[in-house]
Amino acid sequence: MLGTVYAILFYVATLILLIGVVRKIRIYARVPAPLKIPTTPAPKTRGGVILRVIREVVLFESLYKSNKWIWLFGWVFHMALWLVLARHLRYFTQPVWGWVEVVQPLGTYAGFAMLAGLAGLWARRILVERIRYISNPSDHLMLALLMGIGASGAMTRFVAHTDIVAVKAYMLGLMRFRVGDLPNDPTLLVHLGLVIVLMIVFPISKLLHAPGVFFSPSRNQIDNPREVRHVAPWAAKMEN
Amino acid sequence: MPDGDTQVPELAFPLDIPCLKRGAMEGTKPFVAQAEHQAKLGFPGELVPDWKEKALAKMQELAEKNRAFQVYLDICVKCGACTDKCHYFLGTGDPKNMPVARQDLLRSVYRRYFTFAGKHFPWLVGARDLTEEVLNEWYSYYHQCSECRRCSVFCPYGIDTAEITMAAREILDSVGVGQKYSNEIIGKVKDIGNNLGLNPKALRATLEDLEEDIEDDTGVSVRLPLDEKGADILLVTPSADFFAEPHIEGLIGYAKVFHEAGVSWTLSSYASEAANFGLFIGSYENMREISLRIRKAAQDLGVKRIIFGECGHAWRVAYSFLNTLAGPWDFLDQSYPVPQHILEFTWDEIQKGTLTLDPSRNDHIRLTYHDSCNVARASGMGDYPGGQFEIPRNVIRAVCNNFFDMEPDTIREATLCCGGGGGLLTDDLLDLRIKGSAPRMKALQNVTEEHGVTHMAAICAICKTQFGKVMPKYGYEMDAILSVHQLVSNAIILTGQEGEDEDEAEDA
Repeated sequence: MLGTVYAILFYVATLILLIGVVRKIRIYARVPAPLKIPTTPAPKTRGGVILRVIREVVLFESLYKSNKWIWLFGWVFHMALWLVLARHLRYFTQPVWGWVEVVQPLGTYAGFAMLAGLAGLWARRILVERIRYISNPSDHLMLALLMGIGASGAMTRFVAHTDIVAVKAYMLGLMRFRVGDLPNDPTLLVHLGLVIVLMIVFPISKLLHAPGVFFSPSRNQIDNPREVRHVAPWAAKMEN
Repeated sequence: MPDGDTQVPELAFPLDIPCLKRGAMEGTKPFVAQAEHQAKLGFPGELVPDWKEKALAKMQELAEKNRAFQVYLDICVKCGACTDKCHYFLGTGDPKNMPVARQDLLRSVYRRYFTFAGKHFPWLVGARDLTEEVLNEWYSYYHQCSECRRCSVFCPYGIDTAEITMAAREILDSVGVGQKYSNEIIGKVKDIGNNLGLNPKALRATLEDLEEDIEDDTGVSVRLPLDEKGADILLVTPSADFFAEPHIEGLIGYAKVFHEAGVSWTLSSYASEAANFGLFIGSYENMREISLRIRKAAQDLGVKRIIFGECGHAWRVAYSFLNTLAGPWDFLDQSYPVPQHILEFTWDEIQKGTLTLDPSRNDHIRLTYHDSCNVARASGMGDYPGGQFEIPRNVIRAVCNNFFDMEPDTIREATLCCGGGGGLLTDDLLDLRIKGSAPRMKALQNVTEEHGVTHMAAICAICKTQFGKVMPKYGYEMDAILSVHQLVSNAIILTGQEGEDEDEAEDA
């Protein structure tokens, strides 16, 4: 019964996540950028632009220039999140990939770094007057959701040990459209429930910054307006 | 607003973060455009009855036509990185002048009508209905942004508040609420060819006067040609260069450089304006129409090259947009960039050695340099990233012995706006302009204390006018702001010019 409810929720959430994000990415890709607006100085070659975007995504270069505290908390949270996600691949693969085995011990403790980063960001949101001013309830709830996922996940590992072998069997089953039994473990159910919520809100929330950052014209445009003529399709029609 | 009322902000250091002063700038707004000004730009003359539907339709249109608008409204995570980056926030403390809060004035409405979360859970995501109150708030605070892009440098996603401000102004224009200053000026360009409304006859007389001045000064005949067919170079410069100090000294500098370089050049009375206020109001159509005047002038005069004079936003439109708006430029000489900046030209000539320069003629000046926002963050110079910082400094060092940069976090890509850009250079916003210039003024005061700096040079007509007006509030003479080509003009020794000694020159 429990397994079936969660299976339905997972399938629905996955569909919403995929369709929602793909739809948004298509909009971002299709809407033209009518003018060249890279924030300069900007790279003059495609290779340079790719490096610029990689630096933004991997190092948070602009954020580093802006504010070392936000950078520290934000960067630690995001990088730890990657490690944690990578570690979770072991529950969806059989046999487990070699590199996942390697990050496994790191990923376990990255969960704490993730929580620390989130706590730092939340503290700033509450304590710094300027950031408190710009925060909506959803901004606080998003942090609560992520911390809830992190904390409940850590609990299944360090406090109320869950039957992880059974969970893995259930997940492998879901991926082959076979619904099995899910352990009736409250911590685990909370953890999975919150993940489902996160998947559903992803395409309708500020989490769209993840795909969106790649489409930001001020970062992804090449600074060559004098050399290459850039005209949006709707603007080209004005010339006839 | 009379500037007598302005509390000149006292900052401890240039980027001193103020406490929030809610509502501090609430009443501030520029004069609204009259019907006649609106009509010339193709906008309704007054608030239309169905303004709400029209405004939302315009918002939808922008989301479909401009990727920046669509992406930037969606992806802000409210991290706070930009909150202390706007000079108007630093100078006023009004939280709605924080870049993210300024964006949110529009984002909140976008969310309400165009996103799932905002439609169904408005209280959760800060979404709100579009009301006349909101419209008034837009008018006020989107005319407290100079579109300088400083926030975009520091945003982890490069979100550029200038794009949102331009969109907001475009929406306001589309429902009949335009800004008098910008829209009246655009009308003048369309009617007469420049922001001042200077007709060809008056322009010719001005240029002839300048030729006489230069000859009186140097004993050398230097020409300032107008509408000369067959000239090699078309110079497009802000019309402030024709009448105001220190701009006009810059124009004399360009003329001397062209003279010494031995090139043939001309101004155009039809395209007698580099400024393009279509940028400020976010109107592609108006920006294009003004740009096409330059294309027509270039074709009619049969020039081979186009060079722009010292003007910040004009250089953004020229460097970044001219090819898009009025290209292709295949009828011009392709061995030069189209268009070129006068500083690129002058720096080339300095490197070639065609100019005889005596920097000691500027020894009475201890100089700093203000990077203009649109040059620094929205365009380039030369053929390498950052040329827009190096080339002006290279030229300055060649003509001036005493040069000192301001603090690193207030120059180059992090430069502070003068406080008067983006269509705000109007006396009805003087209070805002004085407060917005506070961070730059503090950085200037610091180099004055440390290095005895007496003057600041800039390469933007708006910066020069703004500083001429606000510097006296901060303890400087109004002529402490200089054109870069004014320094070039001072230092240049024209071929045939009698010695360096002024007495000799007078005797001759």
